[in-house]
Amino acid sequence: MILSTLFLGLVLGGTYALLALGLSLQYGIARIMNLAYGEFMLLACFAVFMMFTSWGIGPLWGLLVVVPLGYALGWGIHALMMRPLLKRSGGGGRLEVDTILATFGLLFVVQGLMLVSFGSDFTSYSYLDRGIALLGTTVAANRLIAFVLSLVIGFGLYAVLVRSRWGRALRAVALAPDSAYLVGIDVNRLGRQGFALGGALAAAGGALVSMFQTFSATDGVVFTMKALIVVIMGGVGNILGALIAGLLLGLAETFVAAFIDPGLTLAATYTLFLAVLLWRPTGLFGRAGG
Amino acid sequence: MLYLGIAAVSVGGLSVLPFLLGDYGTGLLVGLAGYVTLATAWAMFSGPTRYISLATVAFFGVGAYTVAVLNEVLPYPLVLLCAAGIGATMALLVGLSTLRLAGIYFVIFSFGLAELVRQLITWFEVNVTGTLGRYIFLDLGAREIYWQLLALGVCTIGLAAWIRRSRLGLALRVIGDDETVAAHSGINLARSKLVLFVASATIITLVGAIQAPRWVYVEPSIVFNPTVSFLTVIMALLGGATRLWGPLCGAVPLFLLFEWLSARFPDHFSILLGLLFMAVVYALPNGVLAAIEGLRKPKRNGASKEATA
Repeated sequence: MILSTLFLGLVLGGTYALLALGLSLQYGIARIMNLAYGEFMLLACFAVFMMFTSWGIGPLWGLLVVVPLGYALGWGIHALMMRPLLKRSGGGGRLEVDTILATFGLLFVVQGLMLVSFGSDFTSYSYLDRGIALLGTTVAANRLIAFVLSLVIGFGLYAVLVRSRWGRALRAVALAPDSAYLVGIDVNRLGRQGFALGGALAAAGGALVSMFQTFSATDGVVFTMKALIVVIMGGVGNILGALIAGLLLGLAETFVAAFIDPGLTLAATYTLFLAVLLWRPTGLFGRAGG
Repeated sequence: MLYLGIAAVSVGGLSVLPFLLGDYGTGLLVGLAGYVTLATAWAMFSGPTRYISLATVAFFGVGAYTVAVLNEVLPYPLVLLCAAGIGATMALLVGLSTLRLAGIYFVIFSFGLAELVRQLITWFEVNVTGTLGRYIFLDLGAREIYWQLLALGVCTIGLAAWIRRSRLGLALRVIGDDETVAAHSGINLARSKLVLFVASATIITLVGAIQAPRWVYVEPSIVFNPTVSFLTVIMALLGGATRLWGPLCGAVPLFLLFEWLSARFPDHFSILLGLLFMAVVYALPNGVLAAIEGLRKPKRNGASKEATA
């Protein structure tokens, strides 16, 4: 029981970590608090679901389709919606309030579009739903694949951000947007790329979550909330922190659902959040560039 | 004195309106008075401090649910008092844990708060009391509810006006402009924010409690409808959240528009709402009242330039 719960928790946590990474990039690099993040993740869920049920395209191929689309959508939203706000704020504290409000409106638009097209029912599909024996317990194959993929994507992104020149520039924008200009970094362009990269991660997270969990058009707020909590627990802009915090949140939630009550998972999430706020508001691992 | 006279006459006029309008009109008045109060209470805290609260419905729903639980146990005034007490306690807890930190933590916390309270109540009802859904049997018609809301609305606007003139209001405006400056001029940041947040949340809870008898049947998914939070914010923003009469100016036209939209386009309501919300954020960042003033000002500046030249 404990071992299988541990596996379930790690799988869930892996996808939370991936979702949180995307949000962290959008907030850390592009300085945009995207409250419609969960809605974009759900769009990917529905896209993968439609491709699988109507055309028979497996979710793994679907992943390859929705990730570039997520990047493009993020790019487009930044160019169309966020740029006017960036220009208007002139780099002041006004930007945060404006982006929160604009994405709050966007949340209702995207949610409304999904409700009109897919209805409000819970949706799921069965893909690779057979058990695989692992250390004496069985884990569903789809969960295992989702876990491995989220770790691969997460650590791959970490490697890119730490090793490549592009990643270094992105981190420079996150750490010191005012000084990044001085070394010849186009802060606006990289901000947009960071936002688009966040959109790609939302799509990846959505595609992976849809493989093993039911979802509905109104779930976005809860996913955004969980991603936000992971970001704060890990420290804004801290990628390894987000990975670890995501795994912790997944474990906490699964253990509460298994041993206390499934109806209290959000309460568990909030308790963790409160504990972090009261004890270490800058995140468990502090605010770091890595 | 003149202002007080105008206020007394208009409140008197508003309170006889239900006799002139039919049942449908009185129903509209209840909604109008409710949203004007909600938007004014919201702007009282979020306007000057710029701490966007997305948790209106968390408090509104708690008020309504308290009435649903206690309406057969306690006399009505005591029920309202209990609701206010619960709302204030909840706001105190939320405020104590988030308002000492940067504004973004407060926004995030408030974003999921309604969903958290809804799930907790659902869990409690299913597992402990075993009944999901309650009935409210109170002998209160739309007219009585409207009068209560009108009274609460007048008190709210009065309180907002008083706070704007008080040291507390000044302190909050300084906090909204620059927290560092505020701290250096000896303002107790956390306490000022907390006092206002609790006052605003208590009023919001009371609106929920007073409106509850309109539902008759209440369950968590009905009273914790996220649209309420959304409408409150857009109404206050449209009118201008930093002005005393802004929320009222935003709430009246938007409420009537929403009433019409939700009847005409029930399926596409939330899409239209979202688009309207974005339009307000982009086109009228400081609200209608500020935009009207902005239209007048440039002319005056042009005139003064000519005069100096």
